[in-house]
Amino acid sequence: MIEIRNLSKHFGPIRAVDNVSFSVAQGEVLGFLGPNGAGKSTTMKMVTGFLTPSEGTALVCGHDVQKEPIEAKRKLGYLPEGAPLYPDMTPRRFLHWAASVRGMPKAEGARRVAEVVERVQLGNVLDQRMETLSKGFKRRVGLAQAILHDPPVLVLDEPTDGLDPNQKHEVRSLIREMSREKAIVLSTHILEEVDAVCSRVILIARGKLLVDEAPREMLARSRYHNAVTVHVRGDSGEELERAVAEVATVERSDGGDSQEGLAQYTLFPRNGQPILPQVSERLAGLEVVDIHVEGGRLDEVFRNLTTADSESRS
Amino acid sequence: MRMVGVIFKREFQGYFATPVAVVFLFIFLVLCGIFTFELGGFFERGQADLLPFFQYLPWLFLFLIPAVAMRLWAEERRTGTIELLMTLPVTMMQAVLGKFLAAWAFLGLALALTLPLWITVNYLGDPDNGVVLASYVGALLMAGSYLAIGSCMSSVTKNQVIAFILGVVLCFVFVLVGLPGMLNFLSFLPDPILETLRSFSILDHFQATIVKGVIDVRDLVFFGTLIGAFLFMNAVIIELKKAD
Repeated sequence: MIEIRNLSKHFGPIRAVDNVSFSVAQGEVLGFLGPNGAGKSTTMKMVTGFLTPSEGTALVCGHDVQKEPIEAKRKLGYLPEGAPLYPDMTPRRFLHWAASVRGMPKAEGARRVAEVVERVQLGNVLDQRMETLSKGFKRRVGLAQAILHDPPVLVLDEPTDGLDPNQKHEVRSLIREMSREKAIVLSTHILEEVDAVCSRVILIARGKLLVDEAPREMLARSRYHNAVTVHVRGDSGEELERAVAEVATVERSDGGDSQEGLAQYTLFPRNGQPILPQVSERLAGLEVVDIHVEGGRLDEVFRNLTTADSESRS
Repeated sequence: MRMVGVIFKREFQGYFATPVAVVFLFIFLVLCGIFTFELGGFFERGQADLLPFFQYLPWLFLFLIPAVAMRLWAEERRTGTIELLMTLPVTMMQAVLGKFLAAWAFLGLALALTLPLWITVNYLGDPDNGVVLASYVGALLMAGSYLAIGSCMSSVTKNQVIAFILGVVLCFVFVLVGLPGMLNFLSFLPDPILETLRSFSILDHFQATIVKGVIDVRDLVFFGTLIGAFLFMNAVIIELKKAD
């Protein structure tokens, strides 16, 4: 439903977005990752028709955003970065206005507004001027505006920024709920969010697309993927190392600071394959209190991929 | 056209969301009173017309209209709502026109509130109401011209103070080219150029309507063209630098 072909944006000599291509199908939730200034928002602004690309095209439901902007924008719900809102308006007025911009007849508009207000829980602040709203409420008004017309394509720039953990949870379930019949792109700094809601991840740094894959595949890039962490009583690091030497390398992972006499070690598989059965066999002589398999750490993958890129350049 | 109406409605209601509009109307009416009765010598002249009022209007508008226009686009830039507006299914021309018309309607309201002056004149004497009507139409057109200039300048920056100053300066240029002093100063220029310059003067065209009491097609064309040109530039400027 979204198709992006060789999209670039230059600001003077700076290449904010550099030849990025990807597509998003119905039912997908695409997580947009990248360090600050990587070009996430710039890409989103081009998809939604706010910025004109220097090169390349963006299609929304088959409509070229540059050539048929109105048709494309009709199919699109967009939460801009920072959720900008008219400070003097109340959410009620604003949402009714948005409904009339979307061409809804009055009755239908009122029905839809009531629906989205319910969904993002705005009931208590409907008649408060928006400049007096907290960050979390502003974000939710922005979100309400984006989903008001039930668009097939949603572009959300940091939808959970500034929300408390409960609100984050609600917004994530809302996104998951909607994901079946929509194509959703969201950007985020919160890596756990990717795991929680996204079916695909795109990592972008310095305007370049580095990775486009499922969160699981991205986790598999981690050193911690399939690693096993054990808590052992007593100072038995050497013994442990000897025991599992064939299948894994051992690293102490509690910073050398045993708590309640327990030391924590992480065993990294030598060949990247699951090692739990082999490890548990070999641990017979040790007093193991806790053992679990690591799935992988996104923050580590994120750091590796984004800093490796900058090092190779400099 | 329906979309222009939707934009118009939001903008127009926006004026009354805060006390700013009421304060503006109050200041406008007080200044109108001072100019008409004190400086214009409304009573001393002993003539039943509204010339003192209309004569000072270009100067009053010179400051008040850029003040109305300055927030039109600068505010959208400052709050970032321009991104919202430009990603809704609204064309640039609809947005520019909707905002312009809302501000124009607001100024029309301000002018309408001076109608007690007209009533006073009719009570005191027997004015030529045709001339008064033409003058009001001329005043509205002049307001539209100032407003288009101000709106265009408002689209240049996110700082409303800068937008205001740019608006005043540019409006002033369009007034200046018609002042006798200015024309004398520029008299070294060949006549055709001088005449062309003069034909760009808002003041000249406005005075033509208020003094003669006739709305000439040439004046209509002038004001219409001026408004159209600046609104067009307004749209182009936003299109070019939406994201700054």
